[in-house]
Order: sequence, then C-alpha cells, then structure tokens
Amino acid sequence: MFEWMNQLTEAQSLVVFSLVKIGVVLATVMLMISYAVVAERRICAFIQDRIGPNRVGPWGLLQPFADGLKSFLKEDFVPGHVRKVYFWLAPAAAMLPGLLTVAVIPFGSNLGGQKMVIADLNVGILYTFGIVSLGVYGIVLAGYAANSKYPFLGGIRSSAQMISYEVAMGLSVIPVFMLAGDLNLSRVIELQTGGWFGWLVFKLPLSFFLFVIAGFAETNRLPFDLPEAENELVGGYNTEYSSIKFALFFMGEYANMIMLSAMTVTLFLGGWTLPFAGLDRPATTLTVGLLHIGIFLAKVIALVCFMIWVRWMLPRFRFDQLMDLGWRRMIPVGLANIVIYAVILWMRA
Amino acid sequence: MKIERTALTFWERLYLPAVIAGLKVTLRHFLRRKVTMQYPEERWVVPTGYRGAPYLVKDQEGRVKCVSCQLCEFVCPPKAIKILPPGPAVDPATGNVEKRPREFEINMLRCIFCGYCQEVCPEEAIFLMKDYSLTGKSRQEMVYGLEKLLELGGTHLDSIQKWKHK
Repeated sequence: MFEWMNQLTEAQSLVVFSLVKIGVVLATVMLMISYAVVAERRICAFIQDRIGPNRVGPWGLLQPFADGLKSFLKEDFVPGHVRKVYFWLAPAAAMLPGLLTVAVIPFGSNLGGQKMVIADLNVGILYTFGIVSLGVYGIVLAGYAANSKYPFLGGIRSSAQMISYEVAMGLSVIPVFMLAGDLNLSRVIELQTGGWFGWLVFKLPLSFFLFVIAGFAETNRLPFDLPEAENELVGGYNTEYSSIKFALFFMGEYANMIMLSAMTVTLFLGGWTLPFAGLDRPATTLTVGLLHIGIFLAKVIALVCFMIWVRWMLPRFRFDQLMDLGWRRMIPVGLANIVIYAVILWMRA
Repeated sequence: MKIERTALTFWERLYLPAVIAGLKVTLRHFLRRKVTMQYPEERWVVPTGYRGAPYLVKDQEGRVKCVSCQLCEFVCPPKAIKILPPGPAVDPATGNVEKRPREFEINMLRCIFCGYCQEVCPEEAIFLMKDYSLTGKSRQEMVYGLEKLLELGGTHLDSIQKWKHK
C-alpha cells in the first residue's frame, strides 16, 4: 500500500509530504482556533462565576460550529463610506500572518522518517519576526479602510503598540540564539534537551518574561488590547466589519495567540520534549512520534489557557503607560539582558 | 486630611505581586460554585404573595366563584379583561346560586399584573398567582378563556363559604 512512497524522487516526496503536512497542520490550527474561542468563553464565564455556553452539543463542545455557521450565514454588509479595496484586503491580512508562522515551528520530532516541521528553515526566527511584523497591516488597513474615527484610532494605536513591542520581542530572543549559536528552531529545541533544567526558561528567565509580555502585546491580548478597547473605541479597528470578515479578524487574533504559544514553547519550554523517560530524543517509533506531537500540543494549549486566564484578570493599560512600559522599561531591560548574557558567554568561552 | 503615600518597594514596583494576587483571585472564582441558573429547566421559586398572572378560582365545592359583576373589567388599567355577563342557567349539579360569566377572557399580552382585579373583586374569585413567564405561539393563544383560567386557578380554600348554608 505504501510502496509508492519509496518510489518517489526526493523532490517529489518533498512536495507530497509538505502538502500533507501543510494540510494536517492547517486543519489542526483551525480546529484549535475554533476551540480556543470556546475555551475563552468558558474560562471567562467560570472566572466570573458563570457557566458559559453549554447548550450546543455535550458541554457546549459543538459551539464553534454553531458560531461558524452563524458568521457564514450573516449578511456580509459593506458600509457605504468604506475604502472598498482595503476593506476587503484587511481581514485576510489579519488572518494570514498567524497561519504563516506555523511553517517553521517544529511541532514534533519524527513520524516515519519525516521531520515534523513544514519548513526547517535556517533562519526560522527571522522568518517568524518578518511574518509577525506583517500582522500589524491587517489592523492598520482595517482601521484606515473603515473610514470612521473609532476604527481609525484603534488602527493607529495598534501600529504604535506593535511597532514598539516588536523591538522588545526581538531583543528578548537574542540571548536564546547566542546560546544556540543558530537561528534554526529545531536546533533551539536540541539545545533544551537533557536534564531537568535544560529548558531555556530556567536558563534565561528574563528573556522568557520579556518575550511573553511582548507576545501579549503583539497578539493584542489584555492588558495590551488597546486596538480593540471595546469600551473606549466602540469595537476598535473592526467596528465596521460584520459576518465572516469580522470572524476572520477574530480567528486571526486566536491564530496569533496559538502561534505565540507555539513560539514560546519552542524557544523556552522545550518544544516537543519532556525531560524524562527518554522523551527528549527524536522518536524512532510511530508511537513516540505521535506522543511528541501530543506533548507539544499540550504545552501550547496550556499556554493559550494561561493567556485567556490573564485576559480575564488584568485591566487594560492606559496608552501612555503602554508606551512607557514598552520603550522605557522593556527595551532597556532587553538590552541589558543581551549584554549580561554576552558577558557570561564570553567569560565561559 | 493628607494621606501619606508609602513608597513602593522595588518588588512591588515590578507589578508582579499585583499580577500574582490577581491570578489567585481569578483562580478562586474559577473553582467557586457557579451562580448561573439553567433557566428553562430550573426556575425561580417565587415567594408567597408574589403577584404573577391573574387566574379565576373555584370554591371547595367546585363552584365558579365569579358572579360576573364586571368590576375587574371596569378597573383593569390596560383593559385586558373581557367578560360576557349573562351566564348559563344555574347548574343544579353545583348548585350555583348567583349568575356566572358566560365568557371570561384575560389577554395576558395586555395584563400588567397590577392586581387591581384581585383587589376589587367582591367575591374573591380572581387571584394573582405565581406564574410569571407565560408563553404562546400566537397572540390568540395568549388570550386565556374561562376554562383555561379556571383550570389554572384551581380551588381556593375559602374560609367564608358564602353559599354553603343557603
């Protein structure tokens, strides 16, 4: 049955397996996005002493399908005063970066001789930052396209916020790559194997901390959700959107959350590894390969839940506080962090 | 009065203690018993004396207490009550002494549950009961007739029993 696999040339097998991986990974990510929305609603409800959506299917587990159907069936209304081209472009621009980032993330070790990463780029992290910085366009375009003041304010805020925190984010991961000596994400995971305290979160706690905070800001999650700021800006940059276009913004936010969690897991929490039972070595059997993927997904889900938890705990920053924290606290700390680790590495060498 | 602000320590200025405390609070609420009531399945138990929908009652012997005096119809602020007074002849089985309504309608879409009908009724024949969520699929369905009102009202245990000794 699988004989045809062995008869493929190298180029053919690359294409075939890449397509399969892309398909499976995209499907998984979309599923995770839809259930992240449910998780958001349920966790929010529980924190507020409520129950949350529990009517569609057992324990409300079919809720995303009802939501999806609803957003597809709603009228796709385009207000008369918008700038049409950008208005149509923005939701796609908001959704895409989140999905593109997944390409370089190693979500498992091996599965039947295939490395469990779509593109094992040598410049994985640079690619990620390149893509992540595209994320701001969706929001800025939406704010500009809406041609009305609140979305515009949301878009402006968002661009200022994302530009400032991207710097801090970039600075925070530099020590990781000074330690790894490589920009390839698979190498970073290899670095974190062996021993209970191999994970970089123990070696670079400050980097981890800065990365997570900057990540919250990049994904526009509370306490950094100034682009949306429902109570100040009506609905923020997506005020004029409805139906599936609104849903795309919404899914984009969750896609970004999942990608940020995946990045954090890869860079600081050991990726698909666990420091015991030999789970930190690349898999040789199919079972262990699947187990590695499971470990990775479990870590990502835990982080997503943490992000949701934080959202329902912290109030929003004021805009000047946000800028102050970004430029006058996090960037200097990030720079100091680099210098300190550079000195440590130099002393060791 | 001037309140001195104590200077924050470095640890406090890091913002982290507040975050950790916040996480604790939200975690506590996460695990707490939920206050949500699953509405259509669970419902509030209303206290005695609650003024819900008005229904007609019968006395212990199954007689219709209403004598169709039309005072409730007259007093009803939203004009929800409609009565056709000349009732059927006295039913020998129940031995009804006075006249009774031929038709008695309360439009529950109009009714405001004010309780004037109960207050004005000289025969204590109409009472505001505990029903508070009335539903129907059409407007016509929400106009409750004599039969339905009597059925929903049930028997009222009256201490006076006006006609018992006549």
